[in-house]
Amino acid sequence: MSTEKSHVVGEHPDMPPPVTEVGIIGWVRHNLFSSTTNIVITVLTVYFLYLIVPPMLNWIFIDAVFSADSRDDCRAIAEAAGHELGACWAFIGKRFEIFVYGFYPVEERWRVNISFIMMLAALIPVLFDNVPHRKLGLWYSLITPFVICWLLIGGMGLTPVPTDKFGGFMLTLTIGITGIVGSLPLGIALALGRQSDMPAVRMICITFIEFIRGVPLITLLFVASTMLNYFLPPGTTFDLLLRVLIMVILFSAAYLAEVVRGGLQAIPKGQIEAADSMGLKYWQSMRLIILPQALKISIPGIVNTFIGLYKDTTLVIIIGLFDPLGMGRASLADTKWQGLSTEIYVFVAIFFFVSCFSMARYSLYLEKKLHTGH
Amino acid sequence: MTTADTSSKQSLFYRLFFDKELRSVTIQVITMAIMIAFTFFLVHNVTTNLETIGKGYSFDFLWDASNYDINQHLIPYDSRSPHWRAALVGLINTLLVAVAGIILSTIVGFLLGVLRLSSNWLVNRTVYVYIEYVRNVPVLLHILLVHGIIVNTLPVPKNAMMAFDGTLFLTNRGFYTPKPLFEPAMWAVLIAFVIGIGFTIWFKRYAKKVQDATGKIYPVLLISLGAIIGLPIIVFFLAGMPVTLDYPVLSGFNFKGGLVLRPEFVALWIALSLYTAAFIAEIVRAGIQAISHGQTEAAFALGLKPGRTMQLIIIPQALRVIIPPLSSQYLNITKNSSLAIAIGYMDIVATIGGISLNQTGREMECMTIVLGIYLMFSLMISAFMNWYNKRMRLVER
Repeated sequence: MSTEKSHVVGEHPDMPPPVTEVGIIGWVRHNLFSSTTNIVITVLTVYFLYLIVPPMLNWIFIDAVFSADSRDDCRAIAEAAGHELGACWAFIGKRFEIFVYGFYPVEERWRVNISFIMMLAALIPVLFDNVPHRKLGLWYSLITPFVICWLLIGGMGLTPVPTDKFGGFMLTLTIGITGIVGSLPLGIALALGRQSDMPAVRMICITFIEFIRGVPLITLLFVASTMLNYFLPPGTTFDLLLRVLIMVILFSAAYLAEVVRGGLQAIPKGQIEAADSMGLKYWQSMRLIILPQALKISIPGIVNTFIGLYKDTTLVIIIGLFDPLGMGRASLADTKWQGLSTEIYVFVAIFFFVSCFSMARYSLYLEKKLHTGH
Repeated sequence: MTTADTSSKQSLFYRLFFDKELRSVTIQVITMAIMIAFTFFLVHNVTTNLETIGKGYSFDFLWDASNYDINQHLIPYDSRSPHWRAALVGLINTLLVAVAGIILSTIVGFLLGVLRLSSNWLVNRTVYVYIEYVRNVPVLLHILLVHGIIVNTLPVPKNAMMAFDGTLFLTNRGFYTPKPLFEPAMWAVLIAFVIGIGFTIWFKRYAKKVQDATGKIYPVLLISLGAIIGLPIIVFFLAGMPVTLDYPVLSGFNFKGGLVLRPEFVALWIALSLYTAAFIAEIVRAGIQAISHGQTEAAFALGLKPGRTMQLIIIPQALRVIIPPLSSQYLNITKNSSLAIAIGYMDIVATIGGISLNQTGREMECMTIVLGIYLMFSLMISAFMNWYNKRMRLVER
């Protein structure tokens, strides 16, 4: 049969586009093989991925052992199945509770669970503005930190738990969230102080910010853990966790101040002048006119600082607190599980990736939502 | 008149709190008073506390013997050396890993940043996944992970992994490479290199003058490369290749000779570089994207070739956006190198702020030194940034 058809002049039907231009083939041609350089790059990348990805998947899933009683057990199971041992996830499974709660007493762990649920509930009205009864919810969010503090530490009817029992992911969340909640107001205050017309206030803020930003967090934590007693009146001493919290708050407040200052500087001077001419006082114009705009611009920077703070909570292992990394390294001392450090690191890395990546995504969502411009 | 008089008379106290200008003076006086009182309180506490336990505040201990060994020292050092020398060794180690990290992270970061902008979907996505993974996992974890992989999975020296035809041995005790031993004739090569740089600087100016006067363009890049790289190579061969390589040889349980990169150094270097490279990649991408496409089109309309457009139009403008955050990444890499203490790399925090501090019990003095050194780095970087910003500022009407 002939493929040529005759049509009435002027009534030629639309032909389908060539196969090579649409669909999967078209997409591949345009995105992967559009030029010689592109072809070379694609082939190299595929080869590179081939080198990296299959062994990784093998290690994580296919050759891994998920339940066993010791490392030798893991190895035996892998041998029986006829392959080399990949990851020995059984270790993580057996120690899971310790990773989550640290040394928190077993019979009191319900308090941690309740705190965690309360915290999640408190986050909802803060993060999303289309929930019903948001105003009530915000009041709830405001009192939750105090309730959680009471639940975790105890006292007033609950068995007191000393803070050196805190550990694992619970410790990470405690430091991370306290740091975030505490450093935001302080950071904004420092930024306003740095922009202030009063030289004395400005100088103090600049000195503080530049000092904190100039030294690594780990040295500040050392100061907090070894030297703080020298700066306190003789005989007084306070909790190591509290010292760490204060240092973390001060540290990220200094970084936040710089981010917020960037936002403040981006607001045209006309806005302040307009607010002045409307008769608004300093705090009124800041609260109603300047800060809402400045904070909106600096959202990406603020969230980045929060992510940085959250990641920096791992440094506390160096001064002897036991976050998940510390817990993991401590449980490696058990001869049954020696040499499984990579499993711990990967497990903790996944935890951090999930939390930090969702923070970054939320910041993108917020940016899009608040974007009212052109 | 009378009302105004009375108001200004009664005001002095009133105005201190409610007049805009005077109130600012009041607030400042109060803040300064609080700050001074607070500082005095701290100093007073420190002096009483130090007196109670019978410690003074002096740096004399720096001249005592340190009594500990440092496994990586670029200047002569042993356990009889004084503490200040230990601090110096630590400082050099910090600088070494920072500089090496800055170089590697810049190269990898620029490469990733450009690849991230590639129109090739696969490359673009792969780099995106890599960057997101690296940025969202703590740097300490990266350091421990790389260190763990080197120590746990690389073979012992006896069955070392060989790479590049016996010139690089990978073992869990470190990476071994041949050490170049220079003969005196090597000086000639070095001099040729310096001459090459000098010639390039002169030639660049000359070429610009010729171009301004006549419009003739010299291939500056090729000639400069020839002068800087080609000339030393020619001299190198003329002098009869004045370099011998000291190969590492396996003896007993470990390698002898050659150049060794210790596992702690390698782990810290690679982890810091890869971590910072992900941030640099994002900075580079943002910098290039910040230059509007109109700039390229305008350059093409003027008849510039793509290479010249990149070199004269895009890169100078992109650099203006890239350099400030880039320099703060360099500062970050220096500060993050303090995490060395987690894997036992002897940097400034681990030497004077760690072992020396524990041995002498001089917390105040040791931490003052450590904090002072880091502050100095940071001030130097911000001084550079201010200078750069001033130089590169957009000149507007």
